[in-house]
Amino acid sequence: MSFLSIRNLSVRLKKGQPLLRRVSLDVSAGEVRGLVGESGAGKSMIGKAVLGILPPSIEVTEGEILLDGVDLLRLPPALRRKRIGALAALIPQDPLTALNPSHRIGPQITDRLVDILGWTRANADARARELLSEVQIPDPDRVLRSYPHELSGGMRQRILIASAFAAEPKLIVADEPTTALDVTVQKQILKLIAGMQTRHGTALLFVTHDLGVVSKVCQKLSVLYAGMVVEDTSVADFFAAPRHAYSAALLAATPKYTDPAAGLQPVPEAVIAAVQAEVAAFDRRAAHG
Amino acid sequence: MAEAKAIDGRSLVRRRAGLRLWLSASWLGLLCLVALFAPWIAPKDPLAQDLFLGRLPPFWMPGAEPGYLLGTDSLGRDVLSRIVHGARVALAVALIAGTITCLIGATLGLLAGFLRGWVDMIISRMIDIWMAFPPVLFSILLIAVLGPGLVSIIIAIVVIDWTRFARVVRAEAMAQGAMDYVASARVAGRGRPGTMVREILPNVLPTIVVLLTLEMGIAVIVEAILSFVNLSISTDDPTWGGMISEGRTSVHQAWWVLVFPLVTLFLTVLAFSQLGEGLKDRFDPVLR
Repeated sequence: MSFLSIRNLSVRLKKGQPLLRRVSLDVSAGEVRGLVGESGAGKSMIGKAVLGILPPSIEVTEGEILLDGVDLLRLPPALRRKRIGALAALIPQDPLTALNPSHRIGPQITDRLVDILGWTRANADARARELLSEVQIPDPDRVLRSYPHELSGGMRQRILIASAFAAEPKLIVADEPTTALDVTVQKQILKLIAGMQTRHGTALLFVTHDLGVVSKVCQKLSVLYAGMVVEDTSVADFFAAPRHAYSAALLAATPKYTDPAAGLQPVPEAVIAAVQAEVAAFDRRAAHG
Repeated sequence: MAEAKAIDGRSLVRRRAGLRLWLSASWLGLLCLVALFAPWIAPKDPLAQDLFLGRLPPFWMPGAEPGYLLGTDSLGRDVLSRIVHGARVALAVALIAGTITCLIGATLGLLAGFLRGWVDMIISRMIDIWMAFPPVLFSILLIAVLGPGLVSIIIAIVVIDWTRFARVVRAEAMAQGAMDYVASARVAGRGRPGTMVREILPNVLPTIVVLLTLEMGIAVIVEAILSFVNLSISTDDPTWGGMISEGRTSVHQAWWVLVFPLVTLFLTVLAFSQLGEGLKDRFDPVLR
């Protein structure tokens, strides 16, 4: 039984274009699944649907999101909120907008533990200090008293990671957590997330467009195109021999440091045409019930 | 090097903001004291007429009478005492009307910007409709219906000006609502009201403070305009707008009757707007 199980999830703009087309995927306890695809393929949308933060302009038309065996989409909003808050957390993409500029770091980590999960203030404070040390922030006490704008991007991302692990969630959605950082910091942050994930045994849904990142952190992988899962496989199998033509082209398009002469390889147009035909065929089937 | 320069620039901004804040706050503080203790501070009875002492010039001009520092108007009433008493109406309108307008407008703007959907639809359409009314005519119409008086002026200002807050706060709340920290709070289990009050409101507050002080200045002006067209409170009580209106008719013989209340009004409105900017610079955590 997987911890997170998404079954035939379809999501669309209200009265409009489909954004996810019957997406199914599983994340077992303690497992890391990568979600890759081009911009607009619906990677982040899956994460948002799981965490119940789809924008109001978007609606779920069918499917199930089973979190620890309970379908979130069938829960009343208040219960859903509670269940997600207790079991899941988010590592957001942009550390510059993911911390509230008006509050000091300390309360941003601890208030949720106190207000929502009912921790005592002292426990929450101790926990925050312990977590900041765990994400290798020097002088946690000073940082806890700081405002976000006083800290660097890398520092803020560490804080967000610490904050995501604060309540020991069973599942974390990491939405391109390294995209907004520069390359040297990216590597450290990636290592940090992988280390934390292993130590805490948290399941991780890792949204990224970087296959290099996938190879380092993930065990399982879903490749998306136009809101459709075109390949669902283990990372080892994927890098050995991707099954779908589009995933193969995506893999080939990844620039290689070992072979700079190869340059950038765009996904061939024939492959795009083929996968678009698949999407069109899917939509035709869906239209005919 | 670069860092030292940045720090210098910052402290310069801060010092200027500080000066602005202190100057405007002092003027308004002084005005509040004057308004509170008007009967004890005013040298004369603001309503006492003495036709033999009409149009006395201010103290430094030839023909000035001791005891009438800023001169008298055509009915022989002391200009300084009337300005002092006029501060009561001006400040009462500024503080009460400004605050109520702010509470109503900002709340509606916050709800519309954060909740979106049908709430936003209704509030936005209301704003659109409201903005299509010409404000001065609307206020004159309102006072004509409600009858003159302090309460009517306050109601008129609130009814007309809430859109100033609602529009800006809505846009700001919408921008803040799209930030990742709001998503994180929602994931952690914060409900909508909690997210709105704890996450969004503190970030919109600097804007609200600026708007509030601007609105207080505007309220002073609106009261003066309504006094000018004789639609303010009862004509006996001195108001700055009423004084300006009366002074206008005798500006060639006695300019001081017009100029002193005008300068007081100007300084007060300026002080309100500068107070807002100063407070914003002071309390915005990102600028601090």
